Order: sequence, then C-alpha cells, then structure tokens
Amino acid sequence: MKKFLTIVVTLTAFVAAPMMSFAACDYRPSSKVSLLANSFAAWKAVSDAMGECGNFEAELDAEFRKKQPDAFAANPSLYQLGGVSNGTIQPLLSAGTIRPLDDLVAKYGKDLQPNQLIRINGQVMAIAMMVNNQHLMYREDIFKSLGLEVPTTYFELLSAADKVAASGQVQYALGGTYKAGWNLAEEFVNMYIGMGGDFFDGSKPNLNNAMGVRTLEMMRNLTHYMDPEYLVADSTYVQQQFQQGKIAMAVLWATRAAAMDDAKESQVVGKVKMAAAPSPVSGALPASTLWWDGVVLAKNMTDQQADEAFQLLMEGIDREMVTSNNDAAVWLINGYKPGPVAMGAAETAENGALPYPNGVEMGLMHTALGNNVADFLTGKETAEQTLIDIEAEYTTAAKEKGLL
Amino acid sequence: MKNRTFLVFVGPSLFLMFLFIAGPLMSVAWQSVHITRAVYEEVETELCTPGFLTQKCTMEIRTQPQLDENGRQISETVFVGFESYKNLLQPQVAFENIKEGSWAKLSNINFFKALRFTLTFTLITLPLVLGIGLLVALTVNQVIQSLRGPIIFISLLPFVITPVIGALSFRWLFVGDGILTALLEWWLERDIAMFAQGWTIEVLMLSYRVWHVAPFAFIVFYAGLQTVNRDTLESAIVDGATRWQRLKLVILPHLSPLILFVSIIHLMDSYRVFEEVIGFRSQAHVISLQWLTYNFLTLDETGNRMISRASASSMLTMIGIVFLLLFPLRSTWREHQKRRSG
Repeated sequence: MKKFLTIVVTLTAFVAAPMMSFAACDYRPSSKVSLLANSFAAWKAVSDAMGECGNFEAELDAEFRKKQPDAFAANPSLYQLGGVSNGTIQPLLSAGTIRPLDDLVAKYGKDLQPNQLIRINGQVMAIAMMVNNQHLMYREDIFKSLGLEVPTTYFELLSAADKVAASGQVQYALGGTYKAGWNLAEEFVNMYIGMGGDFFDGSKPNLNNAMGVRTLEMMRNLTHYMDPEYLVADSTYVQQQFQQGKIAMAVLWATRAAAMDDAKESQVVGKVKMAAAPSPVSGALPASTLWWDGVVLAKNMTDQQADEAFQLLMEGIDREMVTSNNDAAVWLINGYKPGPVAMGAAETAENGALPYPNGVEMGLMHTALGNNVADFLTGKETAEQTLIDIEAEYTTAAKEKGLL
Repeated sequence: MKNRTFLVFVGPSLFLMFLFIAGPLMSVAWQSVHITRAVYEEVETELCTPGFLTQKCTMEIRTQPQLDENGRQISETVFVGFESYKNLLQPQVAFENIKEGSWAKLSNINFFKALRFTLTFTLITLPLVLGIGLLVALTVNQVIQSLRGPIIFISLLPFVITPVIGALSFRWLFVGDGILTALLEWWLERDIAMFAQGWTIEVLMLSYRVWHVAPFAFIVFYAGLQTVNRDTLESAIVDGATRWQRLKLVILPHLSPLILFVSIIHLMDSYRVFEEVIGFRSQAHVISLQWLTYNFLTLDETGNRMISRASASSMLTMIGIVFLLLFPLRSTWREHQKRRSG
C-alpha cells in the first residue's frame, strides 16, 4: 500500500509539474518568439522562465557575438530577442538593427527598475537584467590555514600566491582567463585601466608607455603562479580548476561565483569566498571592468511581434525568476537579495571600477591586444616591442576602416 | 574522340567549375583590392551603465557609423590597389629583418609566422603520411586473407572521423592532466605540460594529421598493390632478388603514379591546415595561413571584420598551393612527354 501511494504521488508530481510551471506564466505569445544570447547560468534561468510560457525558443551560445549582427540584419530578423552586453550591443547599434523600447516600457514595464533602462541619447535601447565584473575568488580554508589576509592590491596578491604555492596545498596558486584572443585581451584591458591608462588619444593608440609596460610585466608575474598551459584557459577552464581544487585564487567573472557551491560539479562547496578585485597598486582603480547584460528587440519585425516579445520578456525577467535563481547573477531586477556571493562584485563596483570602454576603436584594439600579448608572455618579444606591435596592428586596422 | 563529342561531355563540368571555382575566385581577387567601410562621424553621446543602485551616465564623443534615412549603415567601397597585401606582408619591415637575418623578428609579422608553420607542417607530414601509408599497406598485404577485412576497417577509422572532433579528442587526451599526459608524467617521473610551449603543440598537431590522413594513403597504396604484376614478382624471386630489391625495383615503380597522386592531394589539403589550430587552441604559439584568413573574417566585439585583408590572405594561400604543386606536376608532365615520344 505504501509503495502504491509513493507511485501515485510520484506520478501526480510528474503530471502536475509541467502544469504548475505553465501556471507560473500567464502569457502566451501568438507567434513563436526566439532569443539568441550568451551561454551562462543567468541566461539559462531567464530563458527557462520564458520557456514556461510556451511558444518560445532560446539559443544560448558562447559564440553568439559572431552570429548576432548578421542574424539581426536579416529582414525579418532571425531572432526577435537578443541577449547583449555593453560590448556586444555596439555592432547592433551601429547597424541600426534594434528598436527603441520607450513605448513598450511605458505600456508593460511597470515592474522595471529605472536602473534597468539603458538609454542611449535619451532613448531606451535595451533592458538590463544583471551586472557583471571580474572579482577576486579565493579559497578561504587555505587562506586561514596560512594566516593570509585577503589581498587588495596585486602586490599583496603576488605575495599571497607565493605563500600558497610554497605550502603546496594546491597544484597552482593562481588561475586566470589567459586564453589567447578575446580573454587575454580582456585581462590586459582590466589591468591597464586599473593602472589608470587610457587606450586612445582621439582615435590614435596610446599604449606604448610606462603603464603599458607595467601592465604586461604584471601579467607575466602572475603567470608564474598559473598552470603553464594558461594560454588555453578560458572562463570555464578556470572555473573547473577551482571546482576541482586545483587553484586557490583567481580574478574571475562574477557570473562564475555560484558554480563554486554547486555540489553536482564542485569539490570545494563552501570553501570559495568572493572579494573585491585587487588594484594594481594601492589607491588605484580595481583591475576590473563593469559590464551589464540585458535584452534588445530586433527592428526588423512587426510591431505586433515586438509587443508580444516584450511581454514575454517581462515574464522572463520577473520577480519570480529572480527569487528562484537569486545567486545565479547580480540581478538588477526587483526582488533580488544580494547574497554573500555578490559581495565581491558589489565591492569592486564601489571601489570605482569603470565600465568597459566599448566603441568602434576599442573593438579593433581588443583584437590587436588578443593577437599580440601572448608574444610577450611566452618570452618571444620584449614588452616595448609587443606594445609597438599592438599599436601598429591597431593603426593598420583603423586606417583600413577610415578612422585615422 | 572527336573534338565536338569531347566538348559536349566536358562542357557541363567546365560550366560548373567556372560558376563555383573561377567565379568566387575572381570575386575574392576583386575584394582583395577594394575596401568596403562604413562612413564614420563623431557624435557626442550620453551613455549610461547600470551601477548597483543607480546608473552612471557620461557624455562622450564617440565615433559612430552614419545611418541613412532608413536606418541602414552608409558604406563606401574604395579601390586601394595592393594596400591590403602590403598590410599583410609588411614588405619593408620583412626585408629589413631578412637582411639582418633575424628570424625571430620576421616571425613577428603574422603572415610569415603562419607561412613558416604551414610550410613545415606540410613538408614534414608528407613523407610521414606516405611512409606510414605504404608500410601499413605492405603489412596488410602480407596478412592472411580472412583477417584483412577487419584490419582494413580498423585502419580506416581515423580517416572517417571529422577533423575538428578528432583534434579536440587529441587535445583532451593531453591537456592539463589528460590521460596520456598523466601517463607520460608517471612514466618519465616529471611534470609535463603539453600546451605550455609551441613545439610540443606542433608535435601534437603533426602527429594528429599523420594519424588522420595515413589511412587515405594506405587504402590507395593497398589498392595499387593488388595490381602488381605477379609474374614479374615471381621472376624477380627466381632471379634471387631480396625483399628490399623487389620493393625498390618492382613494387615502388608500379606504385609511383599513386604516390604522386597521394602527394598532390596531401599538399593541397595540408597547406590549408586549419582544424588543428582550432582544435588544439594553438593560436598563441602557432598559427596557419588558413587560420589567419579566418581570424580576419571573425567579427570583433564591435562588429568589425577585415574582408579585404582576408581576401588578400586567401589569394596568397592559393598562390602558395599553386607554387607547391608545380614541382610534382612538372615531373608528371615530363613523364607524360617521355611516354609520348618513347
């Protein structure tokens, strides 16, 4: 009898679960709505919440930035909704393929926070849902056993790394997203901005200076404590190194913090703590950049479709979604309670971290950095030569684009 | 065959070749001497970034592409001659470096770095593929009939695997504490990081390509071995020829057209090495010409791509292949002439 009851209860749960989740959403668009966005926990949470409404399809792809501009330029657009960040919104804005949202916000956006409305020249062009930056993640247990303080500058971070490495408690003291290309360039950008550097003088490059040299040298000093294969390490690789207990510290994206306590993947549940991103030297800015992630609507679709897509979006980024996924990101949405996981990211922002300096010039610069910084780290070139190369590559590209 | 009949048979394929090969080639050549770009203007823009409680707004002067009244980007196409080739090759810098004899500095120019790897990759894998293919073919030919089927099947498997997937599997065997790296570390009793320096990655890439392509050479040679004249072989044995002499004087001459065929195919394929760079994530250490083209075509964060330089790089890759193929093709041509006159 008891067994029978269990079966009945389980079966009811199976049948009821989808019904209940449908109940969580009281809106169903009349035509199919699709979303193209990056692939990490927060986007999964949002797209699942929209999926509960039905008639919705999400494509979450880490390479979304390569697909999005062309997909949105098609008429009708291949996706109605696009997940963007302050970096990836740029090509869509330049090409004029996304629509202003003021009327839709007025109609359906009563639950949105003013902070979420991304205005460009007065018009709302995107709805932000979360903020992101790079912050320091460290193994509290190891720090305690060695009596170490949480580093606030990179000088302190290096000396902590030295002690952790000497203690032999982990395979490598540090982790870093140093994969050649976009990731490596992003690390350079963080450090250079933290030093107080400015990438451009007008449209001319402005890297070949003492700050550029110090940035490169700091990056090389850090690599001495990393897995020697650091040039293939992207965010997921570093996250896994942490989860498998191979590293003790990393300055990593805030979106990766929740995964540390995911018992299904992580062997270090409860041991990893978050702190503000360190500054290159004391008193300087944190070596981190502020990003936001949010949603845009394609211009190339009917107003009716836009109306429905926007209503669906409001279901995806509502209070309910945030309550059930509170720690998946640092949400901007009403109902979010900053947990311990968010402290590092919040402190980093309070310490004055700057937004990523996106723009047409920066896109070219980021590529040039990604292609050249590795030459210095592998010892093929001097810091000065590397900086000259970066400037030369940028200049060639900028001339081709007609910027110089 | 009459000329007319010949043309009727060849016509459709000539037409398709023109449509799908010559046409795109001409378009690439055209693109390599033109640049299409947006028309930029500087605009003072208010930009806002959400903070934790409030937004941070700044006024900035930003460079933006101009849009026409329909909201589409205005772009212009200009003829630039060989500018893109010049940007790619940087002839002045390259020439100075060659004069100094400084290879390290020359490899600083991406094109030459890629060319160096592409050439060594092609020229080192070629003899290995031919040698291993021939060795396997000869071995299989000695095995008893009933076992040949399964052995051929197993030896062909590497060739069936999709290149990118194969490269990724190779990477996973070696990256970090992959199974094979762990095994090597245990055997040599030292810490090994296969992806920390260029040469180890290069060795992995070379072995991967040989592993992947040798079955192709093997199956072609094995087919060739089935048609070796038995009488000639037997009379060679009667004459007291050793195994080596039989191989050198009877079998290899018989296989030589096939060896040439495999070489040409392999030269063309491996000069376009690309999957290995992606699969092994080797771009920090080694890049290939095809990857360079791909890199120019990849959208960056702000939606730029370098179509003109990518086209120039493809043109140069094609010229490189033609140049490489000249050697084997010239020898075929000579042979052909000899046979005609003889």
